[in-house]
Amino acid sequence: MKNISALISGLVFGLGLGISGMMSPAKVKGFLDVTRQWDPSLALVMGGALLVTFITFPFVTKKVKPVLDECFYLPTKKHFEKELIIGPALFGIGWGLVGLCPGPAIANLAVLTPQIGIFVVVMVLSMKITDFLKNK
Amino acid sequence: MEIVNFTPIPSLLGGMLIGLSATLLLLLNGRIAGISGICKGVLQKQSASDFSWRFLFIIGMIIGGLIYAYTHNLSLTANSMNVDLTKLIIAAVLVGVGTSFGNGCTSGHGICGLSRRSKRSLIATLVFMLFGMLTVLIIG
Repeated sequence: MKNISALISGLVFGLGLGISGMMSPAKVKGFLDVTRQWDPSLALVMGGALLVTFITFPFVTKKVKPVLDECFYLPTKKHFEKELIIGPALFGIGWGLVGLCPGPAIANLAVLTPQIGIFVVVMVLSMKITDFLKNK
Repeated sequence: MEIVNFTPIPSLLGGMLIGLSATLLLLLNGRIAGISGICKGVLQKQSASDFSWRFLFIIGMIIGGLIYAYTHNLSLTANSMNVDLTKLIIAAVLVGVGTSFGNGCTSGHGICGLSRRSKRSLIATLVFMLFGMLTVLIIG
């Protein structure tokens, strides 16, 4: 059952990315281009998602356990660390360069072009290498 | 500044679907829908059940992308992306290193983290938004 719910959640996520416009790198860059010709749409994507999750998350996490598992798997770190500036800064630069963040990159595997394939492989490898070095 | 290509209704609806997906995954599986974490997790040593939900979530995302791409204009996907290989690889490295180092991306920090009222995610979200905008401003 956990597998079916994950598959369905993933499917809804991918559809949401498509319908919202996030699958288009050009549209993402249009959103980041605040000072010139600005496409504010993606503010509404995040707004729409938060409209739902800001309300549902507190209710869900008040439950003793999720429907199909024994416990919630939530991040436990609460302290501030320099990684919280350096990591997102690097990510932001990469995001701004081509207009792809991890979610839309994965959903775009559906239109498998060599470019998107290369992007995903290099992205995932970079994640693994970073993790390896971080935990050494 | 001039407003262009604004698509409020589909973007709001699509965003709400993303919120619904994150709610389903948390409510049913107790997991955070952070895509960078799920991607990275799929390749780590783990029990079969930990692997399968991650793998199937990703497969679901691709099917969702497929349904969208083939019922809509393909130019609204990365099919329309036209960047040179060097820039593409540099961007992929930065996205991979940055999300791994910062423990999250647009979904994990920007949606799930903010909804859990996490200060860490608020900082992360402000920083990647700022640097994304600065990059487009400077490099275009």
